[in-house]
Amino acid sequence: MFYREAGQYKTNYAADMAVFPLRQDRIGIAVILGIALVGVPLIGNDFFIASVMIPFLVFSLAAIGLNILTGYTGLISLGTAAFMGVGAYSCYKLTTYFPGVNIVVLILLSGLFSAAIGVLFGLPSLRIKGFYLAVATLAAQFFLQWAFVRVPWLFNYNASGAIEVPQRTLFGLPITGAAATPETRYFVCLGLVVVLTWFASNLVHGKLGRSWMAVRDMDIAAELMGIKLLNAKLTAFAVSSYFAGVAGAMMIFLWYGGGEANDVFTIRLSFNILFMVIIGGLGSLIGSFMGAAFIASLPTILKFGLPALGVPLSGAAAEHVTFMLVGALIIIFLIVEPHGLARLWQIGKQKLRTWPFPY
Amino acid sequence: MAQAPDLLAQTIWEGLVSGVLYALIALGFVLIFKASGVFNFAQGIMVVFAALTLVGLYEKGVPAFLAVILTLGVMFALAVTIERVVLRPLVNQPDIILFMATFGITYFLIGFGESLFGGSPKQMIADQLYLPKGAIDLKILGGIVSLQKIDIAAAIIASLMIAVLALFFQYTRIGRALRAVADSHKAALSVGISLNQIWVIVWFTAGIVALITGIMWGARSDVSFALEIVALKALPVLILGGFTSIPGAIVGGLIIGIGEKLGEFYWGPLIGGGIESWLAYFIALGFLLFRPQGLFGDKIIERI
Repeated sequence: MFYREAGQYKTNYAADMAVFPLRQDRIGIAVILGIALVGVPLIGNDFFIASVMIPFLVFSLAAIGLNILTGYTGLISLGTAAFMGVGAYSCYKLTTYFPGVNIVVLILLSGLFSAAIGVLFGLPSLRIKGFYLAVATLAAQFFLQWAFVRVPWLFNYNASGAIEVPQRTLFGLPITGAAATPETRYFVCLGLVVVLTWFASNLVHGKLGRSWMAVRDMDIAAELMGIKLLNAKLTAFAVSSYFAGVAGAMMIFLWYGGGEANDVFTIRLSFNILFMVIIGGLGSLIGSFMGAAFIASLPTILKFGLPALGVPLSGAAAEHVTFMLVGALIIIFLIVEPHGLARLWQIGKQKLRTWPFPY
Repeated sequence: MAQAPDLLAQTIWEGLVSGVLYALIALGFVLIFKASGVFNFAQGIMVVFAALTLVGLYEKGVPAFLAVILTLGVMFALAVTIERVVLRPLVNQPDIILFMATFGITYFLIGFGESLFGGSPKQMIADQLYLPKGAIDLKILGGIVSLQKIDIAAAIIASLMIAVLALFFQYTRIGRALRAVADSHKAALSVGISLNQIWVIVWFTAGIVALITGIMWGARSDVSFALEIVALKALPVLILGGFTSIPGAIVGGLIIGIGEKLGEFYWGPLIGGGIESWLAYFIALGFLLFRPQGLFGDKIIERI
């Protein structure tokens, strides 16, 4: 009833090609953005913003990155966390060399280093695919994680071996370091994520995105149609690693406020992001957000939600239950709905469109 | 006067031993891949789970050998459960979906195992299973090489198991059926092979391999979830040896084991040490570029 397209005529090609062809969708996006921009900071307390919303945004960005590679191009990667680490460490090096440049610019730039490394590790993808490529990306994961610990130049030879986030300001407000409030960090994250999502959306709806999807659906056929496999795969690696890198830089600079590679950019993180993509929906940007929201909030919900409902659950048990639940959910989703939460959302919209008459 | 150990020979021996253990894990992967076309990421955690079950049962007061039998029972139950819950609904899905499903199994088993047995490392009941202890010193190349008896036992058991499995695959009815299933689920079903039965058999076999690996590995170091990361080493081994080849798993395991120990010993100190964590992957990766199907793997032929 409220979700019907009757009367919304498309009178030019631009309207026909729009990402959100329905007025309701556009309103919906505006409402979500409005809530994110005004509602969350107004209603949420510091804890909610710092340990739910910021991680959610960071993971969403990383999931979009992996989704570009795995969901859109069909190349499986188990090394996302390593590419996030490259972003974080290059951002750290950039802040030491260019202390005057704004941190937001540096975060965006650090993604480029990650993209370069991603292309390097993506090179084997031309000759190998599937499981073999997964192992190649594992090589990236272990090598880079090793490098973060063993190459002292990366962490400026400090004794702790960790990234120490300096204080930087934007419009006079501290946005990184200990003095930054969760709200300001949240706004910076939100801005970055919105801009980059818009960028990703344009990419996947454009020529490049089409060629990625052709490669995913059948690479040999794509090649016959004139798509250069090397270009398509390497751009997918580059863009995907760029997103991962920016997410990694955001993770350290806007969320953790410092950290060690060994604790943060582990293979567990890589897997978690892969799960976000699977559960959210392969080949869907909105699915990346849904998956990230789901996987990132699950431990918190179990840890704080269940005791609030009266179910006693210790921290360790909550962790175990999270593992089991995530594992079970992956299997359930693969069996019941291989396209993930995004597909459920689509089905829901379709139901709304025909409601109250199902046919 | 005690002779200094011969470092090269000792390093090679240690590489051989860890190679055997990598090969054992890789063997579990190969078995499942060869016989059902599923790339089983969960093999590593199955090793941990089997070893933990064994030790956990022993700690509950079950005699050691009864515990082994009970653990086999648990692995059988696990195989049946995986077949019912995960594989049966996913028949004929693309390989990558099945691969991801084994991620789900991995995570479930991590959570399940930790909540049952706790996350702390446990001592493997090596003495109770009459596994040999101590070391033999050999004089090679003018130095002493110390061979742990448990490692020798591991090598012997591994070779025995491999021989048995190879014969089983090559010469029995079930072995042939397993190979048929690996080629195509549909075709196997249509000639009257019970896919469900085959899957249970093969996952149970992988469970047995996992238990043996777990015992051998646990006897050298403790049984803990840290093994799960080490198990990822089996992936380069697989690549080197080829996904479908049992001898490949062995040769690959030995190459990776020796290669990474030698690399760590000679080059590690030059660039900061700890290169064991990734050297295996780079050996495999370099190799992939020249021979994508691995040493003994079947050549992949694509038709359009």
